[in-house]
Amino acid sequence: MSKPIIEIENLSFSYEKQTVLEDINLTVEERDFLAIIGPNGGGKSTLLKLILGIKSAKKGNIKTFGKKPKKNLSKIGYVPQNTNVNINFPIKVIEVVIMGHIGTKRPLFGYAKEEKMCAMGVLEQVGMERFANEKIGSLSGGQRQRVMIARALCAHPQILILDEPTASIDIDGQKQIYKLLKDLNRYITIIVVSHDISVIMQYANKVVHINKRLTNHEAQNFKRGVTHQCNHFCEVEMFNLFKGAN
Amino acid sequence: MIEALSYEFIQNALIAGILVSLASGIIGSLIVVNRMVFLAGGIAHTAYGGIGLAVYFGLPIFLGASIFAVIASLIISAITLKERDRMDTFIGLMWAVGMAVGVVLIDLTPGYQADFMSYLFGSILAVSHFDLWFMGGLLAIIVLIMTFWYREILAVSYDSEYASLRGINVKFFYTLILVLSALTVVVAIKVVGLILVIALLTIPVYIAEKLSTTLYMMMILSGAFSALFTLIGLWFSYEYDIASGASIILVSALTLFLFLGIKKIVLPINIFKLK
Repeated sequence: MSKPIIEIENLSFSYEKQTVLEDINLTVEERDFLAIIGPNGGGKSTLLKLILGIKSAKKGNIKTFGKKPKKNLSKIGYVPQNTNVNINFPIKVIEVVIMGHIGTKRPLFGYAKEEKMCAMGVLEQVGMERFANEKIGSLSGGQRQRVMIARALCAHPQILILDEPTASIDIDGQKQIYKLLKDLNRYITIIVVSHDISVIMQYANKVVHINKRLTNHEAQNFKRGVTHQCNHFCEVEMFNLFKGAN
Repeated sequence: MIEALSYEFIQNALIAGILVSLASGIIGSLIVVNRMVFLAGGIAHTAYGGIGLAVYFGLPIFLGASIFAVIASLIISAITLKERDRMDTFIGLMWAVGMAVGVVLIDLTPGYQADFMSYLFGSILAVSHFDLWFMGGLLAIIVLIMTFWYREILAVSYDSEYASLRGINVKFFYTLILVLSALTVVVAIKVVGLILVIALLTIPVYIAEKLSTTLYMMMILSGAFSALFTLIGLWFSYEYDIASGASIILVSALTLFLFLGIKKIVLPINIFKLK
């Protein structure tokens, strides 16, 4: 349906002597909804950091929009894993969102009107505009997660990358977040690292399993495989299915 | 009390108290939100080595202490950015070695030994004109840097990983915050002494943090509280002839306890209102 915006070829990465990723090949196309699953320490977050350009690969190629990842910081929005750090920090929701703007032109002091307008716009998009002037620490985990998504959207990215976006949120909050991602997916590419396999199945069109090596699955085939073997969504068995594929 | 204000050393003490309070309000806020209190303590004690150096070579105290503190902050910054998990060990090391160097150098200085206690507990009544210029200059630099780089410093303090993704030079701003902390610690030594510096940099800041929704509001409130505590502390010190540094810290701590008590009584009412 569209052109590839992330291309990874024969990528390997290691910390000191320990190999974390080995011979990864992955193509992400425009408006994909890619779910990355796999065990802890399997290299999921490392792969995200390579795509973001925080870390650079020693072997293999990684290109975003046909260039090196570091050239495309503004085209990729990132929602980090732990949004519960620094909860007591005296900062308003809108200031957090405007942070997404940094790196572009800015006024000498304070915030420009357009920046505030833009921040309010993305806050509306995630349904958090009423909280713009609240202290970030007074929000619930799910609300804070939506603010972080708004911050990532602030720079109008073409790809949105989320690292375990629902790890510390209750089930209602998780559903809201995924519904929001589905809406956003109409015009931007989404990459989500997650443990919630059964939830992600309903939204993703591609699923990859990473445990040092990558196993690729079209989501539909994967669903079929699961229902063939057992009639319920059992996460343990799903993992076993992936292991079998490995 | 009024006639006391006509003495020049009292006037100097009041000016110094306010200048240092404003500087420590701003920098203390950064130290607290960046969780650098232990680092600031390390820098303060390492600075004692610089005081010893200055006494030994007959240099201005501020100069020696500043050089030592800035070097200490650069080393700490380099270590933190490289080996975060070993940081506390290195800070502890510098903390002790700095003090030891200071003590030895002061011992080795021939003739009259500068009053050891005055550096440990402050000597705000002995502030010179040079000291005032130094404090004022530092405050001006801090205010300038904060107005110009507020957004970057806010971003680095709140979420440094994200800041680096947005192309901010995190290492530079982190080091800048540490160097400014070092210089602020040095001027605060004059007011409350190096042992009590940590209290001046944290107590007013802690109260301000609870009352603020933004970082700059926290800085302004911290500066105001700090100045208030310093002036009240100085009054007690003059009236009852007690050490000024300790008096300032006790006034701050007492206010903190009052504040926490009031907060405990008022908070349930607030929750009630929300419902």
